[in-house]
Amino acid sequence: MSITLGAADWLSLFVHYLTLSLLAVGGAITTAPDMHRYLVDERAWLTDPQFSASIAIAQAAPGPNVLFIALLGWNVGLNAGGLPTALLGMTVTMLGIMIPSTTLAYLAARWGHENRELRVVRAFKQGMAPIVVALLVATGWILATGSSYDLGDWPVWAVAIVSALLVWRTRLHLLWLLGAGALIGWMGWL
Amino acid sequence: MPEARPAAPEVLPRARPESLTDLFVSFTLLALQGFGGVLAVVQRELVEKKRWMTREEFVEEWAVAQIMPGPNVVNLALMIGGRYFGLRGALVGLAGMLVVPLLVVLALALVYAQFAGNPNVAGALRGMGAVAAGLITATGLKLVTALRKHPLGKPLVATFAIATFAGVALLRWPLAYVLLGLGGLACVLTWRRLGGMA
Repeated sequence: MSITLGAADWLSLFVHYLTLSLLAVGGAITTAPDMHRYLVDERAWLTDPQFSASIAIAQAAPGPNVLFIALLGWNVGLNAGGLPTALLGMTVTMLGIMIPSTTLAYLAARWGHENRELRVVRAFKQGMAPIVVALLVATGWILATGSSYDLGDWPVWAVAIVSALLVWRTRLHLLWLLGAGALIGWMGWL
Repeated sequence: MPEARPAAPEVLPRARPESLTDLFVSFTLLALQGFGGVLAVVQRELVEKKRWMTREEFVEEWAVAQIMPGPNVVNLALMIGGRYFGLRGALVGLAGMLVVPLLVVLALALVYAQFAGNPNVAGALRGMGAVAAGLITATGLKLVTALRKHPLGKPLVATFAIATFAGVALLRWPLAYVLLGLGGLACVLTWRRLGGMA
């Protein structure tokens, strides 16, 4: 697929990611549906398979999942030219998604730390604690079940439960567990 | 001049990053272990191995990182780096979390096309995904101990935690509602309890 991007288009891409950055409460992945709407449906800068593959690769790779945004920008750039535009696309989307949220997080964290004795700051941090801990357990649950509760998925459940117990109760290195999971999946048992 | 008295020993030996390089390398290694999400690794490395922070501190920082827009784990790296070395530390923490993993992701994207249709590769990814789900769950379970001395007391803490889990995992409520509704209520109640103890 080949597309043409002018300066106004690059700017539009940048501004779109600047906006999404502030909307991404709960992680960058929560804004993925909107990125699909913009990049694939509205502008047609990416194909649907390119979009899905970008997310799948970033999920499978080590590192924060936000890197799928770098791949989206990279692929938009590749469609618009060669390696130089791919690098430009990656830079534009990553800077856009990072700058507003990181600035805000840094300032808020610094303010919170300087005022950590204030009752309102302690109430916020401690009050959120049970919610935050439960959210982690819920995230694991959602990742293991996907969008449906299909009994045919029981091996996936078993792997998730066993690895949760091992991590909770032992000091086994996480990479052994991931390797075992990859092997079980490779053999086609999931 | 009399020598300053040594500070009272803390319950757990605490450590801190030695330098900006230490910070960068630590976060890079951390990020590279994080298949399917980095959070489980962050908790284990920073709290259990390096002891840069206690479980309580981790949960508190995570609450801020979670409520802020943007990638949560990246926010956390930024906040921890900033805590020790100011703005430079924040930028280095951020870079450690992103630069090398970005190169890995690009390399993977470049070879992906050759393996896209391979059922073994797809299966391996599914297997790693299932393990990653378990890792995140276990991280949450481990952090439950950080709630023991919570000002709200065990019954209320358990109620909030169970309601959050049910809302998000079972009923699939939007995260914003849970954070504003349940989180807001928990904060207000905690605020009142903290006033009573002061």
